[in-house]
Amino acid sequence: MTLFVVAAVTILISMALAVVRAVASPTVFDRILAVNMFGTKSVLLVAVFAFLSGRPDVLDIALLYSLLNWLGVLAALRMVEREEFYSSEPDDD
Amino acid sequence: MIDIDIAINMLLLLFLIAMATTILRLRRMLAVAMILSLYSLLTAGLFMVMDAPDVAFTEAAVGSGVSTVLLLVTLTLTRTHYAKNTARLQWRPLIIVLLTGGALLYGVHDIALMGDINAPAHRHVADHYIAEARNETGVPNMVTAVLASYRSFDTLGEVVVIFAASIGVMLLLGDGRREHRDGDTP
Repeated sequence: MTLFVVAAVTILISMALAVVRAVASPTVFDRILAVNMFGTKSVLLVAVFAFLSGRPDVLDIALLYSLLNWLGVLAALRMVEREEFYSSEPDDD
Repeated sequence: MIDIDIAINMLLLLFLIAMATTILRLRRMLAVAMILSLYSLLTAGLFMVMDAPDVAFTEAAVGSGVSTVLLLVTLTLTRTHYAKNTARLQWRPLIIVLLTGGALLYGVHDIALMGDINAPAHRHVADHYIAEARNETGVPNMVTAVLASYRSFDTLGEVVVIFAASIGVMLLLGDGRREHRDGDTP
Protein backbone atom coordinates (compact mmCIF):
# COMPACT_ATOMS: atom_id res chain seq x y z
CA MET A 1 0.00 0.00 0.00
CA THR A 2 2.80 2.43 0.93
CA LEU A 3 4.44 1.66 -2.38
CA PHE A 4 1.27 2.64 -4.25
CA VAL A 5 0.95 5.88 -2.27
CA VAL A 6 4.56 6.83 -3.03
CA ALA A 7 4.02 5.99 -6.69
CA ALA A 8 0.81 8.06 -6.82
CA VAL A 9 2.52 11.07 -5.21
CA THR A 10 5.45 10.83 -7.62
CA ILE A 11 3.13 10.62 -10.62
CA LEU A 12 1.16 13.62 -9.32
CA ILE A 13 4.36 15.65 -9.05
CA SER A 14 5.31 14.82 -12.63
CA MET A 15 1.73 15.67 -13.70
CA ALA A 16 2.14 19.07 -12.05
CA LEU A 17 5.36 19.60 -14.02
CA ALA A 18 3.55 18.71 -17.26
CA VAL A 19 0.77 21.17 -16.38
CA VAL A 20 3.36 23.90 -15.81
CA ARG A 21 4.78 23.13 -19.22
CA ALA A 22 1.35 23.21 -20.87
CA VAL A 23 0.44 26.49 -19.17
CA ALA A 24 3.72 28.33 -19.69
CA SER A 25 5.34 27.03 -22.84
CA PRO A 26 7.18 28.86 -25.60
CA THR A 27 5.61 27.13 -28.64
CA VAL A 28 2.53 25.15 -29.65
CA PHE A 29 4.65 22.08 -30.15
CA ASP A 30 5.70 22.18 -26.49
CA ARG A 31 2.05 22.30 -25.53
CA ILE A 32 1.18 19.26 -27.65
CA LEU A 33 4.10 17.42 -26.08
CA ALA A 34 2.98 18.45 -22.59
CA VAL A 35 -0.57 17.29 -23.29
CA ASN A 36 0.74 13.96 -24.55
CA MET A 37 2.96 13.55 -21.49
CA PHE A 38 0.12 14.51 -19.15
CA GLY A 39 -2.09 11.92 -20.82
CA THR A 40 0.54 9.23 -20.26
CA LYS A 41 0.85 10.28 -16.63
CA SER A 42 -2.90 10.14 -16.12
CA VAL A 43 -2.92 6.60 -17.52
CA LEU A 44 -0.30 5.69 -14.93
CA LEU A 45 -2.22 7.46 -12.19
CA VAL A 46 -5.41 5.60 -13.06
CA ALA A 47 -3.51 2.32 -12.99
CA VAL A 48 -1.96 3.08 -9.58
CA PHE A 49 -5.27 4.37 -8.25
CA ALA A 50 -6.98 1.16 -9.35
CA PHE A 51 -4.74 -0.88 -7.06
CA LEU A 52 -4.71 1.78 -4.34
CA SER A 53 -8.49 1.65 -4.03
CA GLY A 54 -8.63 -2.12 -4.44
CA ARG A 55 -10.55 -2.14 -7.71
CA PRO A 56 -8.22 -3.57 -10.35
CA ASP A 57 -11.08 -3.58 -12.90
CA VAL A 58 -10.62 0.18 -13.23
CA LEU A 59 -7.52 -0.72 -15.27
CA ASP A 60 -9.81 -0.84 -18.33
CA ILE A 61 -10.18 2.93 -18.05
CA ALA A 62 -6.40 3.32 -18.13
CA LEU A 63 -6.37 1.39 -21.41
CA LEU A 64 -9.12 3.63 -22.83
CA TYR A 65 -7.20 6.75 -21.78
CA SER A 66 -4.04 5.62 -23.51
CA LEU A 67 -5.98 4.93 -26.73
CA LEU A 68 -7.77 8.30 -26.64
CA ASN A 69 -4.69 10.30 -25.77
CA TRP A 70 -2.94 8.82 -28.77
CA LEU A 71 -5.91 9.72 -30.96
CA GLY A 72 -6.04 13.37 -29.87
CA VAL A 73 -2.32 13.99 -30.26
CA LEU A 74 -2.35 12.24 -33.64
CA ALA A 75 -5.18 14.51 -34.84
CA ALA A 76 -3.32 17.63 -33.64
CA LEU A 77 -0.10 16.55 -35.33
CA ARG A 78 -1.91 15.80 -38.60
CA MET A 79 -3.30 19.32 -38.46
CA VAL A 80 0.11 20.84 -37.79
CA GLU A 81 1.47 18.90 -40.73
CA ARG A 82 -1.26 19.98 -43.14
CA GLU A 83 -1.59 23.61 -42.22
CA GLU A 84 0.78 26.35 -41.26
CA PHE A 85 -0.14 26.12 -37.61
CA TYR A 86 3.30 25.41 -36.31
CA SER A 87 5.53 28.34 -35.63
CA SER A 88 8.19 29.00 -33.09
CA GLU A 89 6.65 32.28 -31.97
CA PRO A 90 5.21 32.52 -28.48
CA ASP A 91 1.42 32.31 -28.62
CA ASP A 92 0.42 34.45 -25.67
CA ASP A 93 -1.31 37.69 -26.39
CA MET B 1 -6.22 5.96 2.47
CA ILE B 2 -8.84 8.70 2.64
CA ASP B 3 -6.08 11.30 2.79
CA ILE B 4 -4.55 10.31 -0.52
CA ASP B 5 -8.03 10.47 -2.08
CA ILE B 6 -8.52 14.03 -0.89
CA ALA B 7 -5.01 15.00 -1.94
CA ILE B 8 -5.55 13.63 -5.45
CA ASN B 9 -8.90 15.42 -5.65
CA MET B 10 -7.45 18.76 -4.61
CA LEU B 11 -4.48 18.50 -6.95
CA LEU B 12 -6.71 17.57 -9.90
CA LEU B 13 -9.01 20.52 -9.14
CA LEU B 14 -5.99 22.86 -8.96
CA PHE B 15 -4.85 21.55 -12.36
CA LEU B 16 -8.36 22.26 -13.69
CA ILE B 17 -8.16 25.89 -12.54
CA ALA B 18 -4.72 26.25 -14.13
CA MET B 19 -6.08 24.79 -17.40
CA ALA B 20 -9.14 27.05 -17.43
CA THR B 21 -7.14 30.24 -16.89
CA THR B 22 -4.68 29.17 -19.60
CA ILE B 23 -7.54 28.57 -22.06
CA LEU B 24 -8.79 32.09 -21.33
CA ARG B 25 -5.35 33.57 -21.87
CA LEU B 26 -4.44 31.77 -25.10
CA ARG B 27 -5.33 33.08 -28.56
CA ARG B 28 -3.95 30.26 -30.72
CA MET B 29 -6.84 27.87 -31.38
CA LEU B 30 -4.73 24.71 -31.76
CA ALA B 31 -3.25 25.16 -28.28
CA VAL B 32 -6.73 25.84 -26.88
CA ALA B 33 -8.05 22.60 -28.42
CA MET B 34 -5.15 20.62 -26.94
CA ILE B 35 -5.65 22.06 -23.46
CA LEU B 36 -9.43 21.49 -23.67
CA SER B 37 -8.67 17.83 -24.33
CA LEU B 38 -6.47 17.80 -21.24
CA TYR B 39 -9.23 19.49 -19.22
CA SER B 40 -11.62 16.74 -20.22
CA LEU B 41 -9.13 14.03 -19.30
CA LEU B 42 -8.71 15.65 -15.89
CA THR B 43 -12.47 15.78 -15.38
CA ALA B 44 -12.65 12.09 -16.23
CA GLY B 45 -9.94 11.47 -13.63
CA LEU B 46 -12.03 13.33 -11.05
CA PHE B 47 -15.06 11.18 -11.89
CA MET B 48 -12.91 8.11 -11.42
CA VAL B 49 -11.69 9.26 -8.01
CA MET B 50 -15.38 9.79 -7.12
CA ASP B 51 -16.09 6.08 -7.82
CA ALA B 52 -17.93 6.60 -11.10
CA PRO B 53 -15.88 4.62 -13.63
CA ASP B 54 -18.73 4.47 -16.17
CA VAL B 55 -19.10 8.27 -16.23
CA ALA B 56 -15.31 8.57 -16.45
CA PHE B 57 -15.38 6.24 -19.45
CA THR B 58 -17.96 8.41 -21.21
CA GLU B 59 -16.19 11.66 -20.37
CA ALA B 60 -12.85 10.35 -21.61
CA ALA B 61 -14.31 8.95 -24.83
CA VAL B 62 -16.55 11.90 -25.71
CA GLY B 63 -14.79 14.87 -24.14
CA SER B 64 -11.19 13.94 -24.68
CA GLY B 65 -11.42 11.76 -27.78
CA VAL B 66 -14.27 12.71 -30.08
CA SER B 67 -14.64 16.41 -29.32
CA THR B 68 -10.89 17.07 -29.63
CA VAL B 69 -10.90 15.55 -33.10
CA LEU B 70 -14.12 17.42 -33.97
CA LEU B 71 -12.64 20.73 -32.76
CA LEU B 72 -9.45 20.20 -34.76
CA VAL B 73 -11.39 19.23 -37.90
CA THR B 74 -13.59 22.31 -37.49
CA LEU B 75 -10.56 24.57 -37.06
CA THR B 76 -9.00 23.10 -40.20
CA LEU B 77 -12.19 23.50 -42.25
CA THR B 78 -12.91 27.05 -41.10
CA ARG B 79 -9.21 28.02 -41.25
CA THR B 80 -9.41 29.66 -37.87
CA HIS B 81 -5.95 30.07 -36.40
CA TYR B 82 -6.36 32.79 -33.83
CA ALA B 83 -9.23 33.96 -31.66
CA LYS B 84 -10.12 37.63 -31.80
CA ASN B 85 -8.54 39.57 -29.00
CA THR B 86 -11.21 41.43 -27.10
CA ALA B 87 -9.23 43.50 -24.66
CA ARG B 88 -12.03 45.53 -23.10
CA LEU B 89 -14.15 44.12 -20.32
CA GLN B 90 -17.63 43.03 -21.40
CA TRP B 91 -20.10 43.69 -18.64
CA ARG B 92 -23.18 41.78 -19.75
CA PRO B 93 -21.52 38.36 -20.13
CA LEU B 94 -19.61 38.94 -16.88
CA ILE B 95 -22.85 39.65 -14.99
CA ILE B 96 -24.54 36.55 -16.46
CA VAL B 97 -21.55 34.38 -15.52
CA LEU B 98 -21.43 35.80 -11.99
CA LEU B 99 -25.18 35.25 -11.49
CA THR B 100 -25.01 31.67 -12.77
CA GLY B 101 -21.96 30.95 -10.65
CA GLY B 102 -23.65 32.42 -7.59
CA ALA B 103 -26.77 30.31 -8.17
CA LEU B 104 -24.62 27.19 -8.50
CA LEU B 105 -22.72 27.99 -5.31
CA TYR B 106 -26.05 28.57 -3.53
CA GLY B 107 -27.29 25.21 -4.82
CA VAL B 108 -24.24 23.39 -3.44
CA HIS B 109 -25.73 23.69 0.08
CA ASP B 110 -28.64 21.43 -0.85
CA ILE B 111 -26.57 18.68 -2.45
CA ALA B 112 -26.53 15.48 -0.40
CA LEU B 113 -23.15 14.28 0.85
CA MET B 114 -21.39 11.56 -1.13
CA GLY B 115 -22.62 8.12 -0.03
CA ASP B 116 -25.33 9.55 2.25
CA ILE B 117 -27.97 6.82 2.66
CA ASN B 118 -30.62 9.43 3.50
CA ALA B 119 -30.16 11.24 0.19
CA PRO B 120 -33.39 11.39 -1.87
CA ALA B 121 -31.77 9.47 -4.71
CA HIS B 122 -31.13 6.52 -2.39
CA ARG B 123 -34.56 6.42 -0.79
CA HIS B 124 -36.72 6.16 -3.87
CA VAL B 125 -36.40 2.99 -5.96
CA ALA B 126 -32.73 2.14 -5.37
CA ASP B 127 -33.56 -0.52 -2.75
CA HIS B 128 -35.92 -2.22 -5.14
CA TYR B 129 -33.27 -2.23 -7.89
CA ILE B 130 -30.65 -3.65 -5.54
CA ALA B 131 -32.95 -6.37 -4.24
CA GLU B 132 -34.73 -7.38 -7.42
CA ALA B 133 -32.57 -6.36 -10.42
CA ARG B 134 -31.08 -9.83 -10.80
CA ASN B 135 -34.43 -11.64 -10.59
CA GLU B 136 -36.46 -9.24 -12.70
CA THR B 137 -34.03 -8.60 -15.55
CA GLY B 138 -31.49 -11.41 -15.41
CA VAL B 139 -28.65 -8.94 -16.01
CA PRO B 140 -25.69 -9.56 -13.65
CA ASN B 141 -24.48 -5.93 -13.55
CA MET B 142 -26.85 -3.65 -11.62
CA VAL B 143 -25.99 -0.46 -13.53
CA THR B 144 -26.48 -2.24 -16.84
CA ALA B 145 -29.79 -3.64 -15.56
CA VAL B 146 -31.04 -0.12 -14.77
CA LEU B 147 -29.83 1.39 -18.04
CA ALA B 148 -30.81 -1.41 -20.38
CA SER B 149 -33.97 -2.74 -18.74
CA TYR B 150 -35.64 -0.39 -16.25
CA ARG B 151 -34.80 2.73 -18.25
CA SER B 152 -34.58 1.12 -21.67
CA PHE B 153 -36.86 3.65 -23.37
CA ASP B 154 -34.84 6.49 -21.88
CA THR B 155 -31.65 4.91 -23.20
CA LEU B 156 -33.25 4.38 -26.60
CA GLY B 157 -34.18 8.07 -26.69
CA GLU B 158 -30.60 9.04 -25.84
CA VAL B 159 -29.27 6.85 -28.62
CA VAL B 160 -31.68 8.50 -31.09
CA VAL B 161 -30.51 11.95 -29.97
CA ILE B 162 -26.85 11.00 -30.37
CA PHE B 163 -27.59 9.50 -33.79
CA ALA B 164 -29.34 12.67 -34.94
CA ALA B 165 -26.50 14.84 -33.61
CA SER B 166 -23.85 12.77 -35.38
CA ILE B 167 -25.79 12.93 -38.67
CA GLY B 168 -25.98 16.72 -38.27
CA VAL B 169 -22.24 17.00 -37.63
CA MET B 170 -21.41 14.75 -40.57
CA LEU B 171 -23.64 16.80 -42.88
CA LEU B 172 -22.05 20.06 -41.71
CA LEU B 173 -18.45 18.84 -42.02
CA GLY B 174 -19.02 16.98 -45.30
CA ASP B 175 -20.64 19.99 -46.97
CA GLY B 176 -17.88 22.33 -45.89
CA ARG B 177 -15.20 20.07 -47.29
CA ARG B 178 -16.91 19.67 -50.67
CA GLU B 179 -17.44 23.40 -51.05
CA HIS B 180 -13.82 24.09 -50.17
CA ARG B 181 -12.59 21.52 -52.70
CA ASP B 182 -14.80 23.05 -55.43
CA GLY B 183 -13.39 26.47 -54.65
CA ASP B 184 -9.81 25.22 -55.00
CA THR B 185 -10.15 23.73 -58.47
CA PRO B 186 -9.71 26.36 -61.19
